[in-house]
This record gives sequence, C-alpha cells and structure tokens, in this order.
Amino acid sequence: MRTGLIAKKLGMTRLFKEDGTHVPVTVLHLDKVQVVAARTLEKDGYTAVQLGWGTAKVKNVTNPVKGQYAAAKIEPKMKLVEFPVAADALLEVGATLSAEHFVVGQKVDVCGTTKGKGFQGGMKRWNFAGLEASHGVSVSHRSLGSTGNRQDPGKTFKNKKMAGHMGQDRVTTLNVEIAAVDAARGLVFIKGAVPGSAGTYILVRDAIKIARPDTAPYPAGLVG
Amino acid sequence: MNIIETYEAEEIARLTAARGVPEFGPGDTLRVSVKVVEGERSRVQAFEGVCIARSNKGLNSNFTVRKISYGEGVERVFPLYAPTIAEIFVVRRGDVRRAKLYYLRGRSGKSARIAEKARPFDTVSA
Repeated sequence: MRTGLIAKKLGMTRLFKEDGTHVPVTVLHLDKVQVVAARTLEKDGYTAVQLGWGTAKVKNVTNPVKGQYAAAKIEPKMKLVEFPVAADALLEVGATLSAEHFVVGQKVDVCGTTKGKGFQGGMKRWNFAGLEASHGVSVSHRSLGSTGNRQDPGKTFKNKKMAGHMGQDRVTTLNVEIAAVDAARGLVFIKGAVPGSAGTYILVRDAIKIARPDTAPYPAGLVG
Repeated sequence: MNIIETYEAEEIARLTAARGVPEFGPGDTLRVSVKVVEGERSRVQAFEGVCIARSNKGLNSNFTVRKISYGEGVERVFPLYAPTIAEIFVVRRGDVRRAKLYYLRGRSGKSARIAEKARPFDTVSA
C-alpha cells in the first residue's frame, strides 16, 4: 500500500482536451509535501508516513512540535497527516512528494470535510418527502411526520433521522478519476467535484476498490 | 493572480492561438463552423444565426446563437474557447441596445429583425 497525498483544494475549472471534449475538474495543490516522520515496525509497531503540507510561520508553531521539526530537519508545516503504508513503501524523512505520484486516468479516493449547512430540517438533511401541499395539511408542510409508535414501545428510537446539524462531516468519495497532473506546479486535477470548500485540505489515496495501475510509481512519486 | 487564474489565462492563450476569437456581441449574425465527428471521419458544419447572448467568465465564457430552422427556433450555446469550433465568422453587425436579446424568442418574421449597425467596423474573422 502506497502513501496518499495531502493537498489543498483551490477550486474548480475545466480542461479542454485535444479531441474537443471538456472535463470539469477540481484543482488540488501540493505545496512542498514532505515526509516529516516515518513510523516503523520496530519503534511504533506499525508502518506509516507522516506528511506535511506547505510552510507554517515558526511563531505559530508550539515548542513541542517545533522540536519534532528540528529533529527531522524540516521547516514547520501547515498541516500534518499520517498515512498507513506497507513496510516496503516507507519513505525517507525529508523526501518531497510529487504530483506525479498519481497517473492520469487512475482512480483515487478523496477525503475532505463537507461544507457546513447549519441546522437543517428532515427534508434537506435526510431527503424526507415532507407532508402534502394540500389535502388538509396546515403549517407543517416540511415536517418529519411520525417519529415513533404508541404506548409500545413508548419512545422514539435512537438514531431516528431528524432535523439537526448538517454538513461539516468527513466524507470520502470513492473512485474519482485523475484528469491531469502538473508536476512543475504541483497540481493534481481531479475529474468532477471533491468534498469541501476551496482552501480546505483534501486527502487523496489510491482507490481501495480498483487496482492501482502499473505505471504509478512505487513506493511513491518523489521530486528529484 | 492565483494558481487557477494563471492556469486559465494560459489555457485561453493556448486556445486562442489555435483559433482566434473575433470581436462580436449580441445582435451580430455569426457563422460558427463546428467540427463534427461521424465515426471515423470528421467534417465542419456551419451554424449561422444571431448571437443573442454572451456570458463572459474567462475560460468558461460562452455565447448563444439563435436561428430559425425549418420554421422552428433553434438555439445553441457554444463555449467561446471550445476546440470543437473551427471558426467564428461575423456575417453582419447588428444594432441593438440590450445585452441579452431573449425578447427575440417571442417574435418571428418582421418583428424579429435586427437593424444593421450604421457605422460597421471592419468585418473580421480570425
């Protein structure tokens, strides 16, 4: 299992292809994505790599974390994420990952935090049908309807779908396609939408349900 | 410029280098040559009509062309920078006061005419 990548969502645009078709894409930015730490079987009992994105101001980093960066001899990062990897896919601390980690046409899973929708009713949150527009319904056109039975069981069951806070959930979208890759600028273009608003961090991994293409570099696509 | 704006500016430069975009606006009569792929071979098909709207949003700009085909109004929205368009030719400059000529949809015949611009600029095609 290879490592994934952490990227920042920049927004959406479109690609015009040579054959005249065009593809809506989400642009993800890799800014100095480096391996900050490696977890090894001997020391930690599992294998993983910790990746960092971007550059944080030193004054905004707490002293304990600063010590970890100093030990790794890496500039402080804006965002840290750990990806579990196979033992033979461990990377050296300090290695910089390239956008060419993924190949065009490859299927990946992307993980992000959806836009917050606030407190929403059952119709928007759970796709309830609501009540009828007429036939005697008054005031409660968008209400839930019944939430339980009678004296038996005498309660509303837990996890009953009701109104409440919607959005701002961690969501993984499976099997989205890599439309293009720009290694020079560190951009990954993903076909279609990706959860979350622009400016949020997105995790991109090889699809777990579709085999990785042989052309994808193993253990990872590194810069230089 | 942020990264997406830079990318879109480059794309516009690349696509306009392949096929320029003439100056035109709503009311102008256009002949849009569209590349059509039929199985193996591809040919160019012309769509001639009045530009009734333009939407300017960088790389995502598009324009709407309306024509009457066999008595039936037909509208087609083209992406301005689409590589499927071989050429945009301005046939006639129209004199209109509105940016969107949606009122033409409710009209036909004599009332759907657009006066030609009194002082036409050079008919350009690129």
